[in-house]
Amino acid sequence: MDALLHQLFSGVASGGIYAGLALALVMIYQSTGHINFAQGEMAMFSTYIAWELIDYGTPYWGAFFLTVIFAFVAGVAIERLVIRPFHNLPVIALIIVFIGLLVIVNSTASWIFGTTLKTFPSPFPAEPLWDNHYISNHELGSIGIVLIIVAILFVFFRYTKLGLAMRAVAENPQSSRLVGIRVGWMLALGWGLAAAIGSVSGMLVAPILYLDSSMMGGVLLYSLAGAVLGGLDNPWGAALGGFIIGILENVLGAYVIGTQLKFSVALIVIVGVLLARPSGLFGRTVVTRV
Amino acid sequence: MTPLLSVKNLTAGYGDTVVLHGLNFELAEGGITAILGANGAGKTTTLRALCGLCRRRGEISYAGRRIENLATEDVVRLGVAHVPDGRGTFASMSAEENLRLGAYLRRDRADVGRDFETIYALFPRLRERRQQQAGTLSGGEQQMLAIARALMLRPKLLLLDEPSFGLAPLVVQEIYRTLKTINRETKVSMLLVEQNATLALDLADHAYLVETGRVVVSGDSEMVKADETIRRSYLGY
Amino acid sequence: MVEKVKTSSTVAPHSMGALPLIGPVKAQIQTVPLPRRLGRAAAIRITLLVVAGLVLPFLLQNFYVFQLTLAMVYAIALMGLNMLVGYNGQISLGHGALYAIGAYIAAILMNSFDWPYWASIWPAGLACLIFGYFFGLPALRLQGHYLALASLALAVTTPQVLKHKSLEDYTGGFSGIVLSKPDVPFGLPINQDQWIYLFVYAIMLVLFLIAYNLLRGRIGRAMIAIRDQPVAAEAMGINSAIIKTSTFGVSAFYTGVAGALSAIVVQFVSPDSYDFFLSITLLVGIAVGGFATISGSIYGALFILLVPNFAGELSKSAPWAIYGVLLILVMYFMPTGFAGLIRRVGTLISRQMAH
Repeated sequence: MDALLHQLFSGVASGGIYAGLALALVMIYQSTGHINFAQGEMAMFSTYIAWELIDYGTPYWGAFFLTVIFAFVAGVAIERLVIRPFHNLPVIALIIVFIGLLVIVNSTASWIFGTTLKTFPSPFPAEPLWDNHYISNHELGSIGIVLIIVAILFVFFRYTKLGLAMRAVAENPQSSRLVGIRVGWMLALGWGLAAAIGSVSGMLVAPILYLDSSMMGGVLLYSLAGAVLGGLDNPWGAALGGFIIGILENVLGAYVIGTQLKFSVALIVIVGVLLARPSGLFGRTVVTRV
Repeated sequence: MTPLLSVKNLTAGYGDTVVLHGLNFELAEGGITAILGANGAGKTTTLRALCGLCRRRGEISYAGRRIENLATEDVVRLGVAHVPDGRGTFASMSAEENLRLGAYLRRDRADVGRDFETIYALFPRLRERRQQQAGTLSGGEQQMLAIARALMLRPKLLLLDEPSFGLAPLVVQEIYRTLKTINRETKVSMLLVEQNATLALDLADHAYLVETGRVVVSGDSEMVKADETIRRSYLGY
Repeated sequence: MVEKVKTSSTVAPHSMGALPLIGPVKAQIQTVPLPRRLGRAAAIRITLLVVAGLVLPFLLQNFYVFQLTLAMVYAIALMGLNMLVGYNGQISLGHGALYAIGAYIAAILMNSFDWPYWASIWPAGLACLIFGYFFGLPALRLQGHYLALASLALAVTTPQVLKHKSLEDYTGGFSGIVLSKPDVPFGLPINQDQWIYLFVYAIMLVLFLIAYNLLRGRIGRAMIAIRDQPVAAEAMGINSAIIKTSTFGVSAFYTGVAGALSAIVVQFVSPDSYDFFLSITLLVGIAVGGFATISGSIYGALFILLVPNFAGELSKSAPWAIYGVLLILVMYFMPTGFAGLIRRVGTLISRQMAH
């Protein structure tokens, strides 16, 4: 029983991390209808910036927020400079561009910051709360931060004009123009916000996994799976999907099939779920008249 | 009186295809002008050219400003609302969210709230359906939603692209009645593009007939109605 | 009063050429229809190319012969993937897995059951055909990103399964299977590399010919119709379920045969050579070569084979950054891939000639 609880808790903890990056993916999906395969790498790069800042003597939270701002600006810049020229191309061509971006960011990171593993600090105290041995403060804190982001995003998309406009752009750019929305800037904004959220997830992963240029590769796949499972058009769903993946991964890995096949089995379960509910567990099914 | 909209020598097209070959027309403030023509005459393109949705060249003056080089978003900012062909509703969003998007540019919150009521009074069916996904509305309801969304901008000029398209005659009548009411009460000018000449000429006070990208007949609705060619080819009696 | 507007004299003709491009352009894959029958010039050109391909291995050093052989293997896999993605509009991030399955089946047949190399290819392709067909069934319910994820699951799972202990007797686990180089038959006066080249070359020609016949006719048009107008295609009486699953099957067949050939050419299979990155590389190949083209498969194969090496020579410190930049530049300047570029250059030249 104790062991199962252990697995459940560490599942929730890694789920929190997947949820974080899943939110970043949803952010871009919501505003552009695309999945940014380079999201994880961008997060990794931002985390290196945070590491440099902390190494330089910046206090943790100072570095944290500076990094978020850096990521936002970088996200906007990437959209304007790299993605923008491709807005008329078929989706598949854009996927190739994302892949290009992925290898560029990854390669540049290991070129600039080297290939040695770096330890990254956690802002939360090391002594676990209430002397529990199930979950560390860092894991609890990460989950908290992710939940805060989810709440902010939910309110943003549901109740603010800007959020509504971003959703509108994703669905119908031409109609969005016709109500006066500056479509180009909405897309850039979506990228900026996604990069900012991604950078947070990077900084939360780094204390657990060590900072390294390949840190986010696996995380991206799990997060993608979580986002798709929960529903790409719904921040709550995507985050919950991330948590579900985390739990599945840990429990399946410990009890059913061993660590080697755990990701595979998790993916197969997801595909099974998708077959029953093709828009994800919590995604909105769009009904269109033909 | 200077017209609200005046178009001179407008050419427009898509890619290498030229659809409009030098179009000239004017629209009086507060009036309803109809552009008539058969399929492929360039009616839709005219509207698209006005708000920068296709390649265009020529002179477009609106409310004393030249707008032929403005981006769509900026044309809309000047108070031009376009109800596009195919209605352009945001299918996955609720009817109410569609209306909120219509008011995207407006800063006067209290007035926007009042306008919701006005709109729901004009289109009672939208009030019933306001939480429903727009994509699931019937064709007529979607058309009403598209017009309502455009009105939420409080436009000076409303561009209407075949509001009768694909709808049952009764629904069409309802929509045209409402358009008349809107014009009377809000004084919004309308540029109406329509294949159904009878309908359009009843609503409009002025009309242009376009054939293969050129204006061939223009004048008061009553006059146009009486014109031989129009009567034979477009009114069918 | 009614004024009749004169149309001809008042309107100056305008050229639209200099107008700025505003407004959405439909983002779609452009398909240039394959000719029903090849023209005389095209037939001569293709014959010359085929002959050139036959002569090439006798002019080059063995290493380059080997590289070219590998490029042809990739080209077959890309042809298969292009049918699915380019022509039928179904995305797959999982073709690396089919490639792996083909390679392993051939390797196991040769290694554990002593099959000759030339016979082991076909069961590999056939197994992939069946597997692909059945994978295509659930794919019917999934579209776009969801299909991408499902196929990703395939790509990630397959190497794990290949490594698994229960199959170790056949697959060799982590270390894989080492094969021997096929001998030159009939006492032909050529070396082994040249022989493998010719062997792969012949299979590639046959498979490309079949693909050409498949794609230019009724089935090809049905595939494209489903990609562009799924609802209309159904309404026209195209059984889109059968076409889609069969396309998956045929696509998997090509990729599986390519995988089997790769096992023979490289003489080695191991789970880690077929990771997720291979699937991505294949997708890159068809994008760079040109979606929905046949010749694009060859250009794409050369790109994914040669450019990483080239990037490595250009910059020792960040070769993949160069690769990524090249990739983005190619997509920007040649959204229709090399095949599209070459076609455009061709039209330009023939226009010049006509003047």
